[in-house]
Amino acid sequence: MQDELLAVQAKWQKANIIGIVRQTPRVTSFFFKPALPFFYRPGQHVDVRLSAPDGYQAQRSYSIASAPDSSETIELAIERLDDGEVSTFFHDAAEIGDEIELRGPIGGHFVWTTEDGGPVLLIGGGSGVVPLVSMVRHRAAQGSAAPVLLLYSARTWDELIFRDELLGLAQRANGFDLSLTLTREASPRENHYARRIDPAIIEDVLARLPMPPKLAFVCGANAFVTTAADALISAGVPANIIRVERYGV
Amino acid sequence: MMTRGFTGRGQPSEIKDRIPPGQSLTDDFPVLSAGPTPRVRTEDWSFTLKIGPKPAFTWNWDEFNALPQTKLTRDIHCVTAWSKLDTHWQGVLVDDILAEANLEAPTDFVLAHGYDGYTTNVPVKDLVGGKAMIATSYDGKPLPPDHGGPARLLVPHLYFWKSAKWINGLQFTTRDEPGFWELRGYHIYGDPWREQRYTGD
Repeated sequence: MQDELLAVQAKWQKANIIGIVRQTPRVTSFFFKPALPFFYRPGQHVDVRLSAPDGYQAQRSYSIASAPDSSETIELAIERLDDGEVSTFFHDAAEIGDEIELRGPIGGHFVWTTEDGGPVLLIGGGSGVVPLVSMVRHRAAQGSAAPVLLLYSARTWDELIFRDELLGLAQRANGFDLSLTLTREASPRENHYARRIDPAIIEDVLARLPMPPKLAFVCGANAFVTTAADALISAGVPANIIRVERYGV
Repeated sequence: MMTRGFTGRGQPSEIKDRIPPGQSLTDDFPVLSAGPTPRVRTEDWSFTLKIGPKPAFTWNWDEFNALPQTKLTRDIHCVTAWSKLDTHWQGVLVDDILAEANLEAPTDFVLAHGYDGYTTNVPVKDLVGGKAMIATSYDGKPLPPDHGGPARLLVPHLYFWKSAKWINGLQFTTRDEPGFWELRGYHIYGDPWREQRYTGD
């Protein structure tokens, strides 16, 4: 049954771009309305396919930023990679009303719902925060009390995607805790860091959780994920509760 | 369907027929995994052939490296849509492992196991006949941990999630038992030329 459902959902379908919102100098959110009902869980991604007039097709995976609870649109926060082929299309050519082919949801491992419970430690580097934001938004939409801490590293204050939304959610002090670190400038706020993540930061954030985490999710560039995952293991977090997603490079 | 405003870079025509549909060429070697990279020391490493639940043959690192060595140069294709051409590997062909164990494949299917608990299923016919190896070297150097070292399965004609990293055994199974990603929506076989990415493709 589950496989059948998945098989249906993983078919290519058309989706309209119904909104475009610049988030940071390099990241823009694109809001899609799929033609068919689209059920997903926080942390999953979609495949996007672009087709050129000569028949050439390019395909990429993008994590979903929206929470499944809130609306029927899918938000993808796409970082512009200067040597990219698909991300440059979105940033330079895509417009509201355009029809894009996508399929999904994809991925059944890097997934968290409030039913899984907490405490949960989320660690994101750069645009690796996107699937984690979906989890944080889902938690808020569900009114869950599960303790969740997001450690989020970016180069600068202005490159923190969804920064004000995350700071606002943390201010509610209802079990969602936020720790920011900037790698290329000093943090304008107290209680945040201004360096690349390291074992000391990981130990600090683990100590801020009420209990050892039930699950840890790490997403970002390969070196970032390796640093975070190795530090978690050194701090005594069992490898089998650590789920990772790497950009690859 | 054509995408308005998209032309794409296309692919150089001389290699077009080596890149399966939906794939793009990369010169990097992206790293992907579901969990942390296990650090397996070669002195602790072993490799076991199992028939069902029963271990049939086990090698330690030195014994395994004493088996006949083969070099393969192959194109590889990841389900995340990158392909890399002419990758250079060295290791032990599955044929030579079976010969050393004096074993005819007792079933039609294999489940590959990794040190991280990862599993993936591959039919026996895709592992024998020089098609697959346990690779211990990449590009002339010991296989780095991020890429599956000390040893990984290499089944280059299938999507690369089938080439299990940090391998510690092959288990013969009577049925085609779905592995880690196959249980999570990925295709049971994974032929890149038929674009078998997900269940139902």
